[in-house]
Amino acid sequence: MRLARVTGQVVATQKDPKLEGIRLLLVEPVDENGRAAGRTMVAIDAVQAREGDLVYVVSAREASFAFAGRQVPSDCAIVGKVDAVSA
Amino acid sequence: MELARVVGTVVATRKEPRLRGFKILLTQLASPEGSADGAAVVALDSVGAGVGELVLLVRGSSARLACELENFPVDAVILGIVDRVTAGGRTLFVKGQDDAAG
Repeated sequence: MRLARVTGQVVATQKDPKLEGIRLLLVEPVDENGRAAGRTMVAIDAVQAREGDLVYVVSAREASFAFAGRQVPSDCAIVGKVDAVSA
Repeated sequence: MELARVVGTVVATRKEPRLRGFKILLTQLASPEGSADGAAVVALDSVGAGVGELVLLVRGSSARLACELENFPVDAVILGIVDRVTAGGRTLFVKGQDDAAG
């Protein structure tokens, strides 16, 4: 998983039925200091994240398990809202 | 997933039999504003996307979860057509209101 900042929202009416009812958010990967560190992606949101939130996202096939009991066709999912990072 | 712009179609007469009947599109990864500025990706279309549209692209083994593509030899699938992208109260992209749309 990696740290990311929620930067926006994507709306798509015509989409795979398995994505129905799931929020799609723009996330920008960031480093441990909160600095942008990669290409912006679109993530499914499992934690009611909001714009500006620092989150962690799971990538690849594991992202499809973000919602218990179903598999969603996604390779990026927000599964944690970060309260604090210490190092 | 990633945002991508559909930039063309790919035709292959000889292909894996399970891919017959599916539309294969050439896409280019795009910014939240919708400008194609990334790598080219060949993707199977599961939503009826057309050239010029901004789409949602899923890659890797998750791509096979789209529609009924279980065990298909694909690692990139278009699974949504983007209507709107917003950020911080600003609208970055609206379908049909950008230059690249067909």
